[in-house]
Amino acid sequence: MAIRVENVNYIYGEGTAYKIHALKNINLTIQDGEFIGLIGHTGSGKSTLTQHLNGLVRASSGKIYYNDQDIYEEKFSMKELRSKVGLVFQYPEHQLFEVDVFSDVCFGPKNLGLAKEEVEKRAEEALKSVGLDSSLYKASPFELSGGQKRRVAIAGVLAMQPEVLILDEPTAGLDPKGRDEILDEIGKLHQERKITILLVSHSMEDVARYVKRIIVMNQGNVQFDQTPKEVFRHYRELEKIGLAAPQVTYIMNELRQNGFLVDTDSTTVKEAKDSILRALQGRRES
Amino acid sequence: MGIIKIKNLVHDYIRRDEEGNVEGTSRAINKVSLEVEKGQFIVILGHNGSGKSTLAKHLNVILMPTEGSVWVNGKDTAEERNLWEIRQSAGMVFQNPDNQIIGTVVEEDVGFGPENMGVPTDEIWQRVDAALRAVNMVAYRHHSPNKLSGGQKQRVAIAGVVAMRPQCIILDEPTAMLDPVGRKEVIETVRELNEKENVTVILITHYMEEVIGADRVFVMDQGEVVLQGTPKEVFSQVELLKKYRLDVPQVTELAYELKMAGVELEDGILTTKELVEGLKRYLLREKGKDREGK
Amino acid sequence: MIRDITIGQYYPADSVIHRLDPRVKLMGTIVFLVSLFLFDGFSGYLVATLFLGGAIWLSKVPLKFMLKGLKAIFMLLAISVIFNLFLTDGTVVFRIWKIQITREGIRMAVFMAIRLVYLILGSSLMTLTTTPNDLTDGMEKALSPLRKIRVPVHEISMMMSIALRFIPILLEETDKIMKAQQARGADFESGNLIQRAKSMIPILVPLFISAFRRANDLAMAMEARCYRGGEGRTKMKPLRYKRRDFIAYGVYAGYLLAVVGVSFVFQRIF
Repeated sequence: MAIRVENVNYIYGEGTAYKIHALKNINLTIQDGEFIGLIGHTGSGKSTLTQHLNGLVRASSGKIYYNDQDIYEEKFSMKELRSKVGLVFQYPEHQLFEVDVFSDVCFGPKNLGLAKEEVEKRAEEALKSVGLDSSLYKASPFELSGGQKRRVAIAGVLAMQPEVLILDEPTAGLDPKGRDEILDEIGKLHQERKITILLVSHSMEDVARYVKRIIVMNQGNVQFDQTPKEVFRHYRELEKIGLAAPQVTYIMNELRQNGFLVDTDSTTVKEAKDSILRALQGRRES
Repeated sequence: MGIIKIKNLVHDYIRRDEEGNVEGTSRAINKVSLEVEKGQFIVILGHNGSGKSTLAKHLNVILMPTEGSVWVNGKDTAEERNLWEIRQSAGMVFQNPDNQIIGTVVEEDVGFGPENMGVPTDEIWQRVDAALRAVNMVAYRHHSPNKLSGGQKQRVAIAGVVAMRPQCIILDEPTAMLDPVGRKEVIETVRELNEKENVTVILITHYMEEVIGADRVFVMDQGEVVLQGTPKEVFSQVELLKKYRLDVPQVTELAYELKMAGVELEDGILTTKELVEGLKRYLLREKGKDREGK
Repeated sequence: MIRDITIGQYYPADSVIHRLDPRVKLMGTIVFLVSLFLFDGFSGYLVATLFLGGAIWLSKVPLKFMLKGLKAIFMLLAISVIFNLFLTDGTVVFRIWKIQITREGIRMAVFMAIRLVYLILGSSLMTLTTTPNDLTDGMEKALSPLRKIRVPVHEISMMMSIALRFIPILLEETDKIMKAQQARGADFESGNLIQRAKSMIPILVPLFISAFRRANDLAMAMEARCYRGGEGRTKMKPLRYKRRDFIAYGVYAGYLLAVVGVSFVFQRIF
């Protein structure tokens, strides 16, 4: 098991007018090799939670274990944790600073104190796995397009070869094509390299295509922690907390209410199509 | 003439080296012509780099045509004396909500435009009140913009433009940096402005669900308008949209897939209701056919 | 950590102090700061305390919120207290080895601490009750005679108000960039001075780039909203003195007289 979160609370601004209880008694376990979607509206605590998982923010109370080791123990190395639990921030291209793409990606592994060849090997691997063309390695990161910049930034975290990769809204601000490309790369990382992935997103449509488990956060609580199908059954509750199920869920429920015997658990367009075709066949024969 | 008329517009960005010599040019807009009538709700779609933002900047004279002409409210943007009049009649809302709010208090920011225009104090207050009401932000008038959500900030930015009493508002990807709730807030606000105040709206976006309800849609790719029509007309071209790196709402895609699988449905289905009705009609027809068959 | 800074922050409330003309508040702050150095006795402090306390009470800003702003100057305060405490000559009260504390030392340390605290409280009261825009408006108006000698007063005040708006945004951004680099294994705490300075590059470069991008966007947004300098501009909230502002000026005069008078009387009697 990779990460275990036990009774974690996080409060900031204690004793002021702006006191906020950002995380309330969070309990969850992330197993090795999982692909999880973490969903919640702005201010639900999802970003705060991700920053706890690699020790950037320290819980006000409660414990976090990485591979059964208490990360708040004194001898535990936070630096090592940060290399094992890679965190890609929202708009990660805002952290690029080096003169060229390649050296920027080297920053992470260099901080780990690795030998030069190893650093470069890792950087090259990371850039390859985000699908960046090698002709761009020596380009200034500031000359790239939005989508390319974002890949470089993700490679910068991947180059540390983390076992768990957390991505905070990796598709924010990208156009549909850029979004699909990034999500596909992430899906590939999960499949080919068996990296545990926690994908933070607003978009149920995006998440439904990839993940096996969805954690929904609301006002600092974990509201749901189930498979996508199970979570989307609560589509009315999701709306109340500022979220929505994929459009497909609404379509299928609407059809069902109109007498079509479709499977309301369909979460993707393809599943929906197959289910509707079956239902139509059934109705014609009845 | 419509409120906006663009004729054979060409825009070249000039790249310069460190000494300022011209290194080369890249064409962002290539011979675009279009016309917008007063009171219309227009959507311009396109992926990043398709030239849609460059086009928007021409409507506010932030950029000037390399070739061709742009008229806003009958005024040619190439003539310098029209500059302020055009900026006042065609207000602009940008993508990043943080980088366009100047005031440190909501109402002061909304008053910034009228102040610049030299509107008398009493009238500024009237305009600010009306603008805040129009975007439903009266309750936040004394707040600091920093403490607002993304959607609220964008509504303040829209109010700032509304207070200038423009005839036309251009929104350059106003929802790209917002969460779904914020996105909905902003789009609803814009629709209301269009319907109630009869403001012409030009919305630039790559979110397909924002197209629904528009009067006319233009799809841009590589600096050219490659597709235009009503939302229904545009969304019947699922294949073409995919080619231009755009996607369609799930309901449209589902309808398209069903059609490909032999279910007869009309083109360009945009809402769940349309799909349900379409499937019902289809079923009735098929049952009828089956009965005749027997 | 960054969130603790209250200087330059505005605390929204509906109070007499909030409604005062910013020029009046600017003047009041200057009068108060100057007065702190005019007297040198308990009675003077008593009057100053009454004045400051009264102003804070009228402003409806919670005292707790004001005191939080003192955290930022805690080190400065501690140093000045220690210096005064140990390095003032006079009647010895307490001594260990070569370290001695004198009666005068204690007196100086206490007065110095109070002065510093009042200085901060006085000026943060102004910023807490005045929106930065009002403040810059006040300065613009107060300094407007300088326009005749071609000082770009409007431009300076516009720059100040923009800076005030973007400081919190940039602070938050710094926090975020720092975290992002830490997530890539960056270490800002260990190493010698040169190493530490070098470790700031991954923060400073992105920060500058972001600041330039924002400046660019903002300039465009301002132009789009017809901004063309101070010429021909009207004001949404023009500054006009009201009755309460004249009363406030009266109060300042009374306060100054009281401070000077009380110190004078006090010295005569004791």
